[in-house]
Amino acid sequence: MIEFISQPWPWYISGTAIAVVMFLLVFFGKNFGFSSNFRHLCAACGGARFSDFFDYDWRSYSWSLLFLVGTIGGGWIASNFLTSNEGVQISEATIADLQNLGISAPSGLQPDEVFGLHNVFTTPVLILVVLGGFLVGFGTRWAGGCTSGHAISGLSNLQVPSLIAVIGFFIGGLITTHLLLPLIF
Amino acid sequence: MKGIKFVLVGILFGIIMSKSEAISWYRIQEMFRFQSFHMFGIIGVAAVLGAIGTALIKKYNLKDIGGEPIKFAPKEAGWKRYLYGGTIFGLGWAMTGACPGPMFVSLGYGYWMFALAILTAALGTFVYGLVKDKLPH
Repeated sequence: MIEFISQPWPWYISGTAIAVVMFLLVFFGKNFGFSSNFRHLCAACGGARFSDFFDYDWRSYSWSLLFLVGTIGGGWIASNFLTSNEGVQISEATIADLQNLGISAPSGLQPDEVFGLHNVFTTPVLILVVLGGFLVGFGTRWAGGCTSGHAISGLSNLQVPSLIAVIGFFIGGLITTHLLLPLIF
Repeated sequence: MKGIKFVLVGILFGIIMSKSEAISWYRIQEMFRFQSFHMFGIIGVAAVLGAIGTALIKKYNLKDIGGEPIKFAPKEAGWKRYLYGGTIFGLGWAMTGACPGPMFVSLGYGYWMFALAILTAALGTFVYGLVKDKLPH
């Protein structure tokens, strides 16, 4: 059994399992949306002194921060007990494209060229991690949600604003992938 | 101890995101290059099953475990914040290869660099809070 779930999961299992997570939260009286946690963290750190955007009862969202703690634990469990220790099986075309950028074929889940700690002071890493993280935090709050809140919860509820947001996600992602990455590396 | 169930669902979510490889920078690159169905399949199946479940919950007026009727809040109308904010997020998503949830999953997985991405993402949200009144919504 452990051996079975330690293999990478196919998309139809994964997508189904994500829907289960969403409905568990819904039946707990909550909703599935991850990016609000950055707002709660800012509020918990005293952000209300700087903007009324952080002036609310963040403690009423402690369930969401507990969910966040769980996700860290889930990653730890997967990495220590449920791994097959293989590189991600991405397509040959992607491997070739990334090799043109100087990124080697996967030997784990994340590329060492971007997430290896010894590379932290290289320009590509500073741009991709530091600037990339900033844009994720800024953009998700402006858009009012991320992949979970818009692409999954929002589209599930047939929300046109979420469809517009998802189109935006792809406009931005395509610009970075096809125009910016070749300049960064 | 009412909170423990949220930790458990979070653990489940972290395992799913790891084993689906949806936390992988490589997978996000593959998605934005349209070179595999994998990520589209994951998000598509979740959204379609989500839509079926949401419709059923509405049709049968189902209640949550506290006995309250389940409500799905509609997103506020408009398009600017969704298009502009969504595009900014997309720029960052293809850089970090991670949306907010996977940043924390990857950190737990042992990729410590994501602590830096989480810190700057929180900073990004903080700066949004400072300037939001000047942005179109």
